[in-house]
Amino acid sequence: MNPTEYFAASRLLIVAGKGGVGKTVVTAALARAASLVGRSALVIEVEGKSGLPRMFGRTDPEERGLGYDEQVLRRGGADGSADVVARTITPDQALIEYLEDHGLSRITKRLVSTGALDVVATAAPGIRDILVLGKVKQLQRTGAADVLVLDTPAAGHAISFLRSAKGLLDAVKVGPINTQARDVLDLLEDHERCQVLLVTLPEETPVNELVETAFSLEDQVGVGLGPAVVNGLYEEYDGLDADPAVAAAEAGASLRPGEAVALAEAASFRRHRIALQHEQLDRLGERLPLPQVRLPFLFEAEIGPEEVDVLAHAVLAGVERLDAGVELGVGT
Amino acid sequence: MTLDSLVRDRRIIVCGGSGGVGKTTTAAVLAMRAAEGGRRAVVVTIDPAKRLADALGLGDLTNEASRVEGPWPGELWAMMLDTKSTFDDLVAKHAADDDQLQRILGNRFYKNISGALSGTQEYMAMEKLYELAEETDFELIVVDTPPTRNALDFLDAPARLSRFLDHRLYKLLTASNRGVLRAVNMATQTFIRTVARVVGADVIDDAVAFFQAFDGMEEGFKRRADRVAQRLRDSDTAFVLVASPRRDTIAEAEFFAEKLIEGGIDVDALVVNRMHPRFAEGLAEATRERADSLGGTDIGSLYRNLADFQLVASREEENLAGLAERVAPAPLVRVPFLRSDVHDLDGLRQIEAELF
Repeated sequence: MNPTEYFAASRLLIVAGKGGVGKTVVTAALARAASLVGRSALVIEVEGKSGLPRMFGRTDPEERGLGYDEQVLRRGGADGSADVVARTITPDQALIEYLEDHGLSRITKRLVSTGALDVVATAAPGIRDILVLGKVKQLQRTGAADVLVLDTPAAGHAISFLRSAKGLLDAVKVGPINTQARDVLDLLEDHERCQVLLVTLPEETPVNELVETAFSLEDQVGVGLGPAVVNGLYEEYDGLDADPAVAAAEAGASLRPGEAVALAEAASFRRHRIALQHEQLDRLGERLPLPQVRLPFLFEAEIGPEEVDVLAHAVLAGVERLDAGVELGVGT
Repeated sequence: MTLDSLVRDRRIIVCGGSGGVGKTTTAAVLAMRAAEGGRRAVVVTIDPAKRLADALGLGDLTNEASRVEGPWPGELWAMMLDTKSTFDDLVAKHAADDDQLQRILGNRFYKNISGALSGTQEYMAMEKLYELAEETDFELIVVDTPPTRNALDFLDAPARLSRFLDHRLYKLLTASNRGVLRAVNMATQTFIRTVARVVGADVIDDAVAFFQAFDGMEEGFKRRADRVAQRLRDSDTAFVLVASPRRDTIAEAEFFAEKLIEGGIDVDALVVNRMHPRFAEGLAEATRERADSLGGTDIGSLYRNLADFQLVASREEENLAGLAERVAPAPLVRVPFLRSDVHDLDGLRQIEAELF
């Protein structure tokens, strides 16, 4: 599938996955991939604390965090790339804005300062999530960018986060929150405008969790699932099963003392990991009929602009392999 | 101090850290180690960790401790935290009579508390820990915490919940039914009506009914929460920070450690899982140059591969240095990337061999 179409057809990409799978890195890579094909990207982060600016090389203390206002992470250039911008949406901020928009600004301060929001949020669970999603929906509707990439909360709440709209429709039968929930649900269920991308690692437990999450999301929320993103794959090198001494002799090179052992052990480790990752990729493919976008493991442990570009190109290559004619989804 | 001395001497070990770093498995191994040392140990996990249950040879983990059979002189028990039933037990403990208990358990707002109120899971983990410490004769209780970014979320959770239950809104809601304060509460009534307009009146009614049913219990809850918080700071409670060597999880662990220290809690050990092995000393750059000069040959590939691992190993050590310094003199224990996932006791023993 042509990436230019992909990043236009799905205006909101929701990135979800358990902690430790590299969700934020994948979010950065998706946004950058969109910008590389000329689509402006807005990254939305919901926890008020993010390593995103750093990944785009913003190391000034003032630029390191994300705020409620949009911040440019990477300007587009003469090469036809578009801007990547980012912002945070937290429930408290979204609530204040929501109340102000609904002519209720006089109770806003009190609701927040007395902590009554906690009471309300407990009375109607999911209300924090719906406020955030409602704001996302508004940004999507007003065309804040060509593509919106939403990094979901880390603590494994993707399902409850995305289920909040349905849950609230049951709990709150009338009023503006009900309307809000209905609007959000419309967006989530619109497979043209919205896709959920689940991120995993090529390891047993993360793969199991991804499969479970995929089926729960489709059953309980009715969202459209995009390709499964498998992060952290070791790149495969030819020649790793060669004996170091023999291989050195063949190339006319000489090994330093102890080097043969180190080379052989390192090669054996990588071969073993690669065999395991094949096993997991196959298992994922069997259990979940979704196309896969595969991203390389980066040995450079700190993710900076160069690394984001490497991953963004891997995203583009993955998107190009997607079959445009096939509706993405577990059920199809 | 070593991990072994913690497992041998302490009563409680709390494992904390961000998600996906191997907290649950680490907690299980610590408890198993204690059993091997002859103690009666229980591990309390938060995740519905099916894989851990399998590894321990248990069909399922429940809110009741199950005994794990194994060739050790002590005892190993495992259980999973069930937030809802722990909360139910806590309410039952404090309720004046069965009528009050039933009114609370049946309230919709109450049912939401266990699922929706932030911090409840953290509080219940700490509550369960306290209950096990006070009411059972387990010699070691190991608990893994919910994957919270902020250590204060669970350190504060008991206090936060008791503040919530003792909420001013609650006071206003109940007071507004008492004649004397009716006039004072005109403003509150308006406020509540406005909130009700936004979220719906029945939602507010549920909340009011809950706070009315809860009337009289908040003191007991608060005292209990204070004791739980105190227990976490006792000298026989140890805190083990679990991390992985990736830049972002290290940053979270540093933040976590800082908050713990601010909260008056020492980190007693740092466990870093998933470390890449270091196959050779020396600089990755030199190996990479050699690989490039031999490009296109098998030996070139072998060098390139070695350079990758030298690079990642040195980056990981750099990432760790600051964190290790921050928690010093707590020991830093490195656990290498395992060749496969943990499926059984042998898998746990492999980790044990790395930890101790």
